[in-house]
Amino acid sequence: MDVKTHQFDVVVIGAGGAGMMAALYASRGAKTAVISKLYPTRSHTGTAQGGIGAALANLDEDHWEWHAFDTIKGGDYLTDQNAAETLAREAIDAVIELELMGLPFDRNPDGTISQRRFGGHTNNQTKKPVRRACHAADRTGHMILQTLYQNCIKEKVTFFDEYQAIDLITNDGKVCGVAAVCIDDGAIHVFHAKAICFATGGWGRLWETTSNAHSLTGDGPALVWRAGLPLQDMEFFQFHPTGLYPVGLLITEAVRGEGGVLINDKGERFMERYAPTIKDLASRDVVARSIYLEVQAGRGIGGKRYVHLDVRPETVNRYLAEAGEDRRVDADYILSKLPDITDFCHTYLGIDPTKSPIPIQPTAHYGMGGIPTNLDAEVISTGAGTVVPGLYAAGEVACVSVHGANRLGTNSLTDLIVFGRKAGKAMADYARQADFVPLPADPAGKIVAEIERIRKSSGKTKPYTIRQEMQKVMMDHVSVFREAPGLQKALDTVRELKSRYQNDLAIEDRGMRFNTDLLEAWELGCMLDLAEITTLSAIERKESRGGHSREDYPKRDDVNFLVHTMAYPEKGGIRIAHDRAVDLSLGYQPAERVY
Amino acid sequence: MKVKFRIRRFNPEVDKKPYWGEYTLDNVEPTDRILELLHRVKWEQDGTLTLRRSCAHGVCGSDAMRINGVNKLACKVLVKTLDLKDGGQVQVEPILGLPVVKDLVVDFEPFFDHYRAVMPYFMPATPRPGDGRERRQSPEDRARFDDTTKCILCACCTTSCPSFWASGEYVGPAAIVNAHRFIFDSRDGATQERLNILSEESGVWRCRTIFNCTPACPREIEVTRAIGEVKLAIQRNGR
Repeated sequence: MDVKTHQFDVVVIGAGGAGMMAALYASRGAKTAVISKLYPTRSHTGTAQGGIGAALANLDEDHWEWHAFDTIKGGDYLTDQNAAETLAREAIDAVIELELMGLPFDRNPDGTISQRRFGGHTNNQTKKPVRRACHAADRTGHMILQTLYQNCIKEKVTFFDEYQAIDLITNDGKVCGVAAVCIDDGAIHVFHAKAICFATGGWGRLWETTSNAHSLTGDGPALVWRAGLPLQDMEFFQFHPTGLYPVGLLITEAVRGEGGVLINDKGERFMERYAPTIKDLASRDVVARSIYLEVQAGRGIGGKRYVHLDVRPETVNRYLAEAGEDRRVDADYILSKLPDITDFCHTYLGIDPTKSPIPIQPTAHYGMGGIPTNLDAEVISTGAGTVVPGLYAAGEVACVSVHGANRLGTNSLTDLIVFGRKAGKAMADYARQADFVPLPADPAGKIVAEIERIRKSSGKTKPYTIRQEMQKVMMDHVSVFREAPGLQKALDTVRELKSRYQNDLAIEDRGMRFNTDLLEAWELGCMLDLAEITTLSAIERKESRGGHSREDYPKRDDVNFLVHTMAYPEKGGIRIAHDRAVDLSLGYQPAERVY
Repeated sequence: MKVKFRIRRFNPEVDKKPYWGEYTLDNVEPTDRILELLHRVKWEQDGTLTLRRSCAHGVCGSDAMRINGVNKLACKVLVKTLDLKDGGQVQVEPILGLPVVKDLVVDFEPFFDHYRAVMPYFMPATPRPGDGRERRQSPEDRARFDDTTKCILCACCTTSCPSFWASGEYVGPAAIVNAHRFIFDSRDGATQERLNILSEESGVWRCRTIFNCTPACPREIEVTRAIGEVKLAIQRNGR
């Protein structure tokens, strides 16, 4: 096959928030290209709704130290405290930078950026919710994605749109390039680069019910893994409490930030029992578990697997009055603050959320784990922090770890901007002083063989069948609650599916042009790798912490598990080690987590 | 219920010209999205069916197509809204006015070229505030351009426009919407440059106020109104 070769100082894979932020910064000092399997404006950053967290203190007293502590507590103390410090300190300047780039934030009467409440963000003294989420209606992510793409056009960043990265190329163990398919004509391109940044986002499509786009198949972590590098904390995958029932698409926490409450079949505001102080605004793992427990106890609506999210003005006002607050809302206010949510409810359920409660269920949402990096977004290869020269990761795909065992709402957007920017700066610096590592002979040989194997596959099992089975077993056994027998069943199933994927795959499109049958099958291979690593990481963490809840080990165990999980690829399998220490440099000792 | 799909197919590697592919799906629920059903055709019946999609809830703008003759995002159309009887038919075609690459996939490059041509980026009217903080903007000034910030660049409007069908030189409604978003932003200082671009032959005067674009928009942007406001701004020589 004809292979085209390009040379850039810096190559960024993925054109969401982190990728474009990295590209903007890298391109100011180095010849930079962005490879993305989607047009940049299709990236999943655009679906983020509620806000971006930063202690601007435009409306309430606030401090970066409070934001850092909330992030650490939200992460159930697995968060690296130096990473939380970086995130919270730099968030303020990052949000200002977005505004200066033109981002149309909602405004306060004095013209400053508007902020609202979000789960787990508190005044550390009173423990009450604080207004920290900077927002543009309920489409903050859309505005961030558009603004970054607009600025990339302004600064003439080079994009390879609809090029799908399929291999991380190394030479003698050194990173030197990326192989990608031009989706339009099926040609393989090799990008020879000094520095490479993965910014490919998450992998929510491992699960049956998810808020994630079809494209979120974990290509980035799989490529890094296949290049012989470890993945970190993969057992921690967040289930967002409020996915629309039954489709799973996300209903932002901002609904609760604006006063919405969760109600069970008996009409009870059940979060009062699980989180007496901040109730419905407890962090996501806590709320998702509470919903599961209500449903298990038979208190789902009509005995089904969902509860209600009620943002009708009369309900909101009743609880505002009960809490002694002066504020009152009306339907117009709800509509102006949550226009997209109103539209989703109307389109997919035919209801008006100011008149009827919204049926919701937890939905697979966000990977706290991923490609391990240090604070400069450099990828590391050992628990001790050995840097892989020239390799970077930022955004959801990376594990800094700033989110620990559970991410707070709004911190994903903050993460993209803060660590995307760090990756961009670091790569420009690196490219200035580093030389190109030569490409190996036939740099795309192995991946071309794998692609051709899939193209010519003539077994009996469609990718769809394998994918459905994987998604079901992950949903049944590796979701909100886990226990040893279920995890083992998931592991056995995933391994059996991997074997069918290798030996009995059948695709139908054998062409070169826009072959999505082939690329979906290739993506399935990435997901199967990550499903196995996730499940094995979950088996080996014999405690409950944040998003990882073991029914057979219901307590957090700081003696044995206040440590990150590292999954290393080894000949013939996966080695799990708990060999990366949690940074405790801000001095917050793990405490019981009460909201 | 049972639903028949009639889908415009074209594979440039095999077909000399496009044809209609027909597929029948059983067990269709009224709440199913057209995107899910196209996936069922692809995954269960014919893996070669090709379409773009990503977020599946009307935000990323990937899956614009003509569904029963009207531009829609496939992920935002529920079966029950099509008023079908059991065994009824849904017709799906690529959007018009852009070259077809394969099946429902069109070449988006001309569309994005027009977008890039209208300076769709912020050109600040004032220097950065000296206090290191945000530029201030009143809620009223912010509200002035709120509607056009919603655009997801799905091309439903531009490819529903007869003026665009007649000439691909026309920048089209989506590009004008994105220019509007900056022209009416009180913080921006490049209004005149954008108005100059849009008063050229390929600009707003190709719009004949046919109104196809407004109902086509899945984000309910008042596209025709936005174009009208830009025309007025050109005549007034400023916003």
